[in-house]
Amino acid sequence: MTLVLAAFDPPYWLETLVKVLVISVVVPTTALILGMVFLFKVMSWMQSRLGPQEAGPRGTLQLLADGVKFLQKEDIAPAGADRVIFKMAPLVVLMSTLLLYVALPASLHLVVADLDVGIFYVLAVSSVSVLGVLMAGWASANKYALVGGLRAAGQLIAYELPMVLAVIGVVIQAGTLSLNGIVLAQADGSIFGWDGIGFPYILTQFVGFAIFLAAVQAELTQPPFDMPVAESEIVSGYQVEYTGFRFLIFFLAEFATAFAFAGIAAVLFLGGWAVPWLDASSDWYYVLGPIVLFAKVMLVAFIIFWVRFTYPRFREDQLQSFAWKVLIPLALVNLVVTAVLKVVV
Amino acid sequence: MSPLSSADTTTDAPAEDDVEVEVEVDERRQAILDELTSRLGDGVVDSHIRPGDDLWVRVERPRWRDTGAELKAMGFAFFDFLSAIDWMPSPYGRDMDAQEDRVVAGEAPPDPAPVEQGYAGGDTRFQVIAHVIDVERSLGVHLKVDLLDDELSVDTWSDLYLGANWHEREAMEMFGITFLGHPNPVKLYLPHDFQGFPLRKDFPLLARRVRPWPGIVDVEPMPGSDSDDGEDE
Amino acid sequence: MTATSDRDQLDALVARAHDNRVNLDFETEGMTLNIGPQHPATHGTLRIVARLDGEEVVSAEPVPGYMHRGYEKLTEVRSYPQINTLINRIDWLGSFANEVPFILAAEKLMGVEAPPRAQFIRTILFEMSRIANISLFIGDYGLQLGGMTAGFYAFRDREHVLNQIEAATGGRFHPNFDRIGGLKDDLPKGWIADTHAAMDKLLAFCDEMDALLMGNEIFQSRTRGIGVIPADIALSYGLSGANLRASGVDWDIRRDACPPGMAYDEVDWTVWTHPDGDCYGRTWVRLQETREAAKIVKQLLDKIPGGPVMAKVPRIIKVPEGEAYVETENPLGAMGYYVVSKGDLVPFRVKIRSASFNNISVLPWVARGAYVPDLVSILGSLYFILGDIDR
Repeated sequence: MTLVLAAFDPPYWLETLVKVLVISVVVPTTALILGMVFLFKVMSWMQSRLGPQEAGPRGTLQLLADGVKFLQKEDIAPAGADRVIFKMAPLVVLMSTLLLYVALPASLHLVVADLDVGIFYVLAVSSVSVLGVLMAGWASANKYALVGGLRAAGQLIAYELPMVLAVIGVVIQAGTLSLNGIVLAQADGSIFGWDGIGFPYILTQFVGFAIFLAAVQAELTQPPFDMPVAESEIVSGYQVEYTGFRFLIFFLAEFATAFAFAGIAAVLFLGGWAVPWLDASSDWYYVLGPIVLFAKVMLVAFIIFWVRFTYPRFREDQLQSFAWKVLIPLALVNLVVTAVLKVVV
Repeated sequence: MSPLSSADTTTDAPAEDDVEVEVEVDERRQAILDELTSRLGDGVVDSHIRPGDDLWVRVERPRWRDTGAELKAMGFAFFDFLSAIDWMPSPYGRDMDAQEDRVVAGEAPPDPAPVEQGYAGGDTRFQVIAHVIDVERSLGVHLKVDLLDDELSVDTWSDLYLGANWHEREAMEMFGITFLGHPNPVKLYLPHDFQGFPLRKDFPLLARRVRPWPGIVDVEPMPGSDSDDGEDE
Repeated sequence: MTATSDRDQLDALVARAHDNRVNLDFETEGMTLNIGPQHPATHGTLRIVARLDGEEVVSAEPVPGYMHRGYEKLTEVRSYPQINTLINRIDWLGSFANEVPFILAAEKLMGVEAPPRAQFIRTILFEMSRIANISLFIGDYGLQLGGMTAGFYAFRDREHVLNQIEAATGGRFHPNFDRIGGLKDDLPKGWIADTHAAMDKLLAFCDEMDALLMGNEIFQSRTRGIGVIPADIALSYGLSGANLRASGVDWDIRRDACPPGMAYDEVDWTVWTHPDGDCYGRTWVRLQETREAAKIVKQLLDKIPGGPVMAKVPRIIKVPEGEAYVETENPLGAMGYYVVSKGDLVPFRVKIRSASFNNISVLPWVARGAYVPDLVSILGSLYFILGDIDR
């Protein structure tokens, strides 16, 4: 993006303003699209029902209508709640989501900040949401919220590790932490000398891909890892006291983060915004890049939501033991094998 | 059908012509009755068998707990229900409630109809009835016990049959019967400040008798605590 | 809240510990959590007062009565046909099944026997109400555990059964079809063939649930070994139906103590038991029971005799003096009516023995030491309907 804007040579403040605007438009749009497609249409199709049909043509504007409904609700906070923290909690979670989009590349030059430590930054920033969840659980002055918040804290922290370890395998193979660098490494790579489709890392890092998806499922507190918001037990957990606009922020953050993580998965494992037969520095990618990335994100998101609608939820201790006793050892083994093979092969 | 008088062994009612055998003896149930009688001695006051169908046994009030223990020892392990029957005919009449509640409206109550108990007889207005089943033999026994009119109490069965806990709580609040030794004699269905015993016949069914509004009522206290904690859930 | 006092207590304990090998007993204050009365997991307005220690349940006590409608008092001023309408609404999912024990008790006192055709159709509708009830249970159990798709499939396939019940009786939920001496009406034309098709769809649904839910590893880890109730405790509490059979007790009222008036000796069927007594066992037994019910219905459909559907009964029903108790194997368990009659239009006393009342009374016993998510799992597997608990 810097390169694109460099053509116009704007002052720094204008450039930053444009980037901020881009993110603030992209984030709700992606959340909307993901929610619309998956939460309504795909979910309804899997559950053999129609889904919303009224708002807009065949119900496509339902989320927009929901957004307006949320916005016009009364802004209340529980009587015993700690008001400042109560109001800040959704914003912390949203901030973590917004920061995620800063590093996500839609093309070689269509990235808000092409960081050299891209993936490291992404993993670090995604952990900030845990703070927001804990704040929400505590400040709501509600036992259900507290239980949900504590469960969330344990779960989100536990599943950070498998995610990081899964990513390191990719980093070892690519040799760089930068997200664009990883895409280029996949686009320019070759499988045993054949460079027809480049070298998407899912072919060798399939274990890492599975672990990453499981960890993403847990980071998003989606079934089967949705103990913190177990609907049939603690009725939305840490979000239970939030209504209206603040709940909309949680909702938006959840789906936007889902999109972002699916995007990261696409970048790390599926080749990102690049298509095999087109050279990575081509100008076509200004238009094609976002489209390709979008398509890959939809694929990954489909898997995430498919699992979400099918599986019952783990109990909290089963969840934790799954992370610590299954995912982390598996990820460590994957790491060791990758490192060895990188040097040997 | 079977007359109300307490016949113990054979149904020698002459009007039963549509039964295949003239005098039908239900041997299995008779055997149970005999065994119970031998275990309890004169604790068994009365009994009634409807052949091929059911067995009713009335026992003495002090032997109520022993009855439960003996039945459990005899193999009747399945606890079905425990409740009470108020044999006084309703002073409000038993017509549909479309009829006006005349007693409430100020008329004098009609002469109370005589209190007539049912199978296996009875001497008092209130009777506790319980039913336990032996799943091996697929047979059940109804147990009845009279309660003294001025002291409605009987021993608890809740440590013999664990399911009796809730049934006795319900009988307590609905009839005003005390079950001696019950671990948790708290109301089950009704609010803690409910007055009256609804299933008694002299408790009118309808809210035509308007109760004065009790004013602001406190939050229901937690079961097991006396004062209300003001839980904000 | 409790966090500050926890820290203080912990500091005090650490200060008092002399060496690192002293076992520090973490003194955490328990939390009392009200689950319900408005809650997605309790099928209706059931309130459970749970005392928690972290995620572990120290005690869980159900507080019923939020839906108490005073049925037993009402029956003292309602005629027998009117009571029939009322008791439809005790267990509202398998509603035809509620009428049957009461009608059989009244028939026993009157000495009336329904004609064979009525007995067959009564049994068919009874089993169909069982299917309608339990298929919802299975889907809803998946919903409570988080696999929401199962719930939708259950509602979708249950519609077939409800359509058939509606075609015969006029009501999907509250048929009010049974009468003392027989049934209200005969079956409509083409009903038998349609019901055969509906039962086939139900059997396919059971297979689908087997694959989707019962075979799922997460479902198994949430239900196996959870909420184990040994057989003697189950008998002592009076658990009935699938709850009892899942604890290994082989007792089914349809086979062992069937009251006259039903057609169970005309069919060939099995009673399923499970030795474990855990949540998985109860769910599994219910799934098998649904299959058996569909098979029973199919067999009965082929054997319905001709004839009238109503015996000769006077128009105004006056039941002679006497007492009768009839218990049947309802979808939720063993439901019985103890009818005391004094020869009037109106019974003297009706004691309703509802299955869920006993089924839920076991909750304090079985919930000790469970986790909060297990509480939901156990409650779901014990399966109750609020109307059945509260009457």
